[in-house]
Amino acid sequence: MTTETKTNGKPANTNRIGLTQQEYRGGDTTLCQGCGHNSITSQIIAAAYELSLAPHQVIKMSGIGCSSKTPAYFLNRSHGFNTLHGRMPSVTTGAVLANRQMLAIGVSGDGDTGSIGLGQFKHMVRRNVPMVYIVENNGVYGLTKGQHSATADVGQNLKYAGTNVLPPIDVCIEALVADCGFVARSFAGDAKQVRELLKAAMSYEGTAVLDIISPCVTFNNHHDSTKSYDYGKEHEERIQDIQFIPSFAEVSVEYDEGEEQYVQLHDGPAIKLKKLDREYDPTNKWRALELLEQARERHEFITGLLFIDESRKTLPQVMHLTDTPLAYLPDEQLRPSRQRFEKVMAGFE
Amino acid sequence: MSVIDTDVTPQEAALHAQPPIVNDFSIVAATVNGSGSQTANNVLIRAIFKMGVSVSGKNLFPSNIQGLPTWYTIRVSKDGYTARREGTEILVAFNPKTAEEDLAALPPGGVCIHPDDMKFASPRNDVTMYALPVKELVKQSGVDVKLRDYIANMAYVGALAELLGVDMNQLYAALDRHFKGKKKAVDSNYAMVTAAAEWVRVNHIKRDPFRVAPMNETSGLILIDGNTAGALGALVGGVTVLAWYPITPSTSLADALTDYAPLLRGGEDDTASYAIVQAEDELAAAGIVVGAGWAGARAMTNTSGPGISLMNEFVGLAYFAEVPAVFWDVMRMGPSTGLPTRVSQGDILTAYHMGHGDTRHVVLLPGSMQECFEFGWRAFDLADRLQTPVLVLSDLDLGMNNWMTPPLDYPDEPLDRGKVLSAEQIGELEARFGRYGRYRDVDGDGIPYRTLPGNINPKSAYLARGTGHNEFGVYSERSEDWQQNLDRLARKHETARTLVPQPVIHSSGAPIGIIAYGSTDPAVREAQDRLHAEGIETDYLRVRALPLAASVAEFVAQHERVYVAEMNQDGQMHQLVQLHVPELAGRVRSVRNCNGLPMSARFVTEEILKFEQQ
Repeated sequence: MTTETKTNGKPANTNRIGLTQQEYRGGDTTLCQGCGHNSITSQIIAAAYELSLAPHQVIKMSGIGCSSKTPAYFLNRSHGFNTLHGRMPSVTTGAVLANRQMLAIGVSGDGDTGSIGLGQFKHMVRRNVPMVYIVENNGVYGLTKGQHSATADVGQNLKYAGTNVLPPIDVCIEALVADCGFVARSFAGDAKQVRELLKAAMSYEGTAVLDIISPCVTFNNHHDSTKSYDYGKEHEERIQDIQFIPSFAEVSVEYDEGEEQYVQLHDGPAIKLKKLDREYDPTNKWRALELLEQARERHEFITGLLFIDESRKTLPQVMHLTDTPLAYLPDEQLRPSRQRFEKVMAGFE
Repeated sequence: MSVIDTDVTPQEAALHAQPPIVNDFSIVAATVNGSGSQTANNVLIRAIFKMGVSVSGKNLFPSNIQGLPTWYTIRVSKDGYTARREGTEILVAFNPKTAEEDLAALPPGGVCIHPDDMKFASPRNDVTMYALPVKELVKQSGVDVKLRDYIANMAYVGALAELLGVDMNQLYAALDRHFKGKKKAVDSNYAMVTAAAEWVRVNHIKRDPFRVAPMNETSGLILIDGNTAGALGALVGGVTVLAWYPITPSTSLADALTDYAPLLRGGEDDTASYAIVQAEDELAAAGIVVGAGWAGARAMTNTSGPGISLMNEFVGLAYFAEVPAVFWDVMRMGPSTGLPTRVSQGDILTAYHMGHGDTRHVVLLPGSMQECFEFGWRAFDLADRLQTPVLVLSDLDLGMNNWMTPPLDYPDEPLDRGKVLSAEQIGELEARFGRYGRYRDVDGDGIPYRTLPGNINPKSAYLARGTGHNEFGVYSERSEDWQQNLDRLARKHETARTLVPQPVIHSSGAPIGIIAYGSTDPAVREAQDRLHAEGIETDYLRVRALPLAASVAEFVAQHERVYVAEMNQDGQMHQLVQLHVPELAGRVRSVRNCNGLPMSARFVTEEILKFEQQ
């Protein structure tokens, strides 16, 4: 447990708004024991607690599939919407337009995003709908008992579906080419990285896409599967060590130029990235695309913050929406006055 | 193929005697799509309207940007009839490709205005022909070459004005309005009108009996189309999110909403109190609307049949998750691309039952400009009150044609946001009824209480879903929970039956009843007059919403025979009425056509006569 959110005068087990981590939990999971999705759920709970997110300021969104069931397992005190298969992006777009003050956390899967929902996914990114978009990526359809998904690697072998012969769709590449300003890949077995990336994504203004390889213990966890725990543990290569630095932790951040990179987000928080073996700059989109293409070619499993750029305006900003959520506008702002209406009517005479 | 009907009854075309025929005829302007004829026709209609004469216009246009034939019919009626009239006496033959057929379709005694270089293989000597030197007039006008095609259509406006006696000042005023006062455009068009009128005055002697004479039948009325009226209604109703995808014939609703939003809802600064999103498809448009409605916005989409098909799954989800949202369907002929620019009332059953599983929706059926407007705002109140998708079924004829109407009435009741609980109200509710549950029916009307994201009371939170849930909004596959949920939804539907706009009934104790809805209203009312002339008295019930009201059953019970008139092949409302009164189903008969043309009074009259005279 990190202690960075502790402040004076509060009991140690509550965060800055006085909530315990317990109060960020949801119902009991109905997924398989050991499912990667459950680890991610735990990290969502931890990240929300550590950031002291006000639960009533969060909406949990999902589509259909194993991953999309998980919003029932975290943040019970937040509203949520388990929508249609592949259509979470549009529903979230509407919800965020209705209430721009909400932090939307969306959970999707590789089928939900990479197949049925690819169109909506790309258009959501194109619009820069402010939300955290998590893809719990296991390369397989679980609820329908083991078909290949569109993110399955060539050669992926499944008991039910046989060997996959088609190349995978790379969710991160799709996000990048649609002009996404926050693109990351992680591994459900790498709890700390998932948590730090989640905190960064939750603090980012715009669409933040996290593609998290999340093993399916029932259908796709055999040793030679590229979406298995074993494979992930053996092959994961972090491109940097990530530390999220919240703005409320008034620490003077020291970083070693050359070895560390410091990315400032709007409103104060920052991400500290410690360089590892590779020379990598996540603010360079060309470099990100190159890295992903290389990794695909060489069958490397790279994780980390692949790209970050907060310069694009979000959809509510582009639309000049009023600060008051549209959902909470008073009646007198919803219905024009009689005089105003009569004036328009006069134009028809 | 000509869409002008050839069979005009002798009464309608008794033109040989040549007594003047004043304010009782139809004009058809046959032109080429994309040539600007719409401007000419709108200007003509407005000028006649401003002369105090009842007038209606119907555009029969192809699915094409430019080049295919289009016909615009203008009905002038001293009796105030506005339905499509079968048969037109005056032809503007400006499309060489259809001119031959169009001429052949004229009744004896008809009139044909045509460019002087148009040659007819089968000329008619029982039709008054007026040739116009259109090319020469255009040349003399000196307008830019690029604009010549557009201005050419003003030649027939001028010719008709001279021949029929249309007020030139009103034509000028209509042009000024159309071009929003842009003097150059107004002047060059008006110059063409006057040049053509002058040419006709000097070179032709009027040999036909048709005249327009001023009346006082339109004072206080306005001209508007149903898509604009619906958009104004939505803006007055507080729409905050519009998500849509372009599709004929509903596009102009989104256009009008976009145009009028700043005028009606613009604030003092440059921030917007509404969001208008052109989505990537109708799936996304529906998703945006459902998401926004769930989060508390007044959200709507506008579409037509193919879009409705794509929105099917979302409307089903909204029904079971109980999300308010408004879906405007400006109906056109199906299937798929079908006849996208032709009218139909073919989406009744689809709309009523959208989604999978057992679903029955609230469907509003506007039949006039005032109702397009009223249902524009009322749909939001009903959606919020009933926490359910509300479909508004307009159609191409209502939506895209100009109609005379009294000015639209500002709502006489405040917004109804329905049962939405604030943080404090949850406590108050619990004090009275025990634990709050999102899907608990504590009032007995089937309508639960909802909360919005942003509510600070932790008890307000719930995970919305279409899948199995109990009354506390918690995932459940227990049989009892789901059965209870469906029973409550059925109860809610019965509540909806009492809240939706009730039928309009014109009853004088006649033995025969007519039921209709939507844009066929003028045709039915005119048919009642025609049937009266044949000695057949009828009562009339106009359905304005689904679910059908109890008064529909009473109306059927009160009449020996009931005819349901509509524009679809399967008699969809006829089926619903029969299901509504199963024990009386035998006395309910279907009068239907589905040929892409607005219903005519003659069709309704003849169909009913056919049955009655059996």
